[in-house]
Amino acid sequence: MQNNTYVLLSILVMAVVTALLRCLPFFVFGGKRSTSPFITYLGRYLPYAMMGMLVIYCYKSVSFASAPFGAPELIAGAAVVLLHVWKRNSLLSIGLGTACYMLLIRFVF
Amino acid sequence: MQRPSASLMKTVALKTLPVMAGYLVLGTGFGILFESKGYGFIWSLLMSTAVFAGSMQYVAIDLISGGVSLISTALMTVMVNARHLFYGISMVGKYRGAGLKKPYLMFALTDETYSLICSEPVPEGTDAHTFYFLISLVNQCYWVTGSVAGALLGSLITFETAGLDFAMTALFISIFTEQWLTAKNHLPALIGAGATLLCLILFGADSFLIPAMLVIITAMCSIRPLIEKAEAKEGENRAE
Repeated sequence: MQNNTYVLLSILVMAVVTALLRCLPFFVFGGKRSTSPFITYLGRYLPYAMMGMLVIYCYKSVSFASAPFGAPELIAGAAVVLLHVWKRNSLLSIGLGTACYMLLIRFVF
Repeated sequence: MQRPSASLMKTVALKTLPVMAGYLVLGTGFGILFESKGYGFIWSLLMSTAVFAGSMQYVAIDLISGGVSLISTALMTVMVNARHLFYGISMVGKYRGAGLKKPYLMFALTDETYSLICSEPVPEGTDAHTFYFLISLVNQCYWVTGSVAGALLGSLITFETAGLDFAMTALFISIFTEQWLTAKNHLPALIGAGATLLCLILFGADSFLIPAMLVIITAMCSIRPLIEKAEAKEGENRAE
């Protein structure tokens, strides 16, 4: 175990850097009385790109090269998409999708 | 801030349910791991309160127990959390005028909070910033609760939770699908997913995020004329 000061400082460094990353855009672009057209554009369309990024990000540690080749994650992910297209109810798609994944990793793969 | 009404709290509880499942499980996992390296619940409580960044906290367990330098820790934090820059950029407009709630709203902008705030409409008659604030706060409560519970009761948890954290992936997929169904232009979604996938294949799981962000922001800037043209055309059609 490391000494307390070191751990405390490490946590402080992470907290400050993380907070800076989250707050920086507000300091840079948020000061003016109105939001610039460019930032309005990013505010409107960047979330679509970010959600695409986050979906891939969730699959980053899945190993597609060895059995079961990411099958539980892919099947359960597809189930979420299909359920959502069908019912448009996020709690239902998330709930059943997660249940599907839990069943797959226990009983199938 | 006025005391939030019961119906608002119910909406917040319902909307954050997937995050609750994910954060409790992942938070518990973090608490258990950190405790196993000799850092008890006080440390989990401290880190989950002050840092509040899931994947970074998992990385931090190795960094801290390995005793790496503070500079390396700072650089690693930038690598893992740089994506939060983009969340801030897309929230500059939404968080404008949030007043005293703004510092916390900015601090608590995790992947999951960002996703919910992007996708959930503000209930009628509710102040938008109050709604966003409650979502952020409730999410952090789940995370802190999970990580402290993991540190304290890790060995006692016998409930079979393997796979419950898929709720987080499912949350992002359902929001992605919903956005796909409502968006008129699919380019931004394709850019986000495509660029990230490409960089993951090219650079590997440890270092794909920053290149992916660079590609995304460049691509988003270059398609701006295209999208704004489509917007203008649509506005004309509506006017006719």
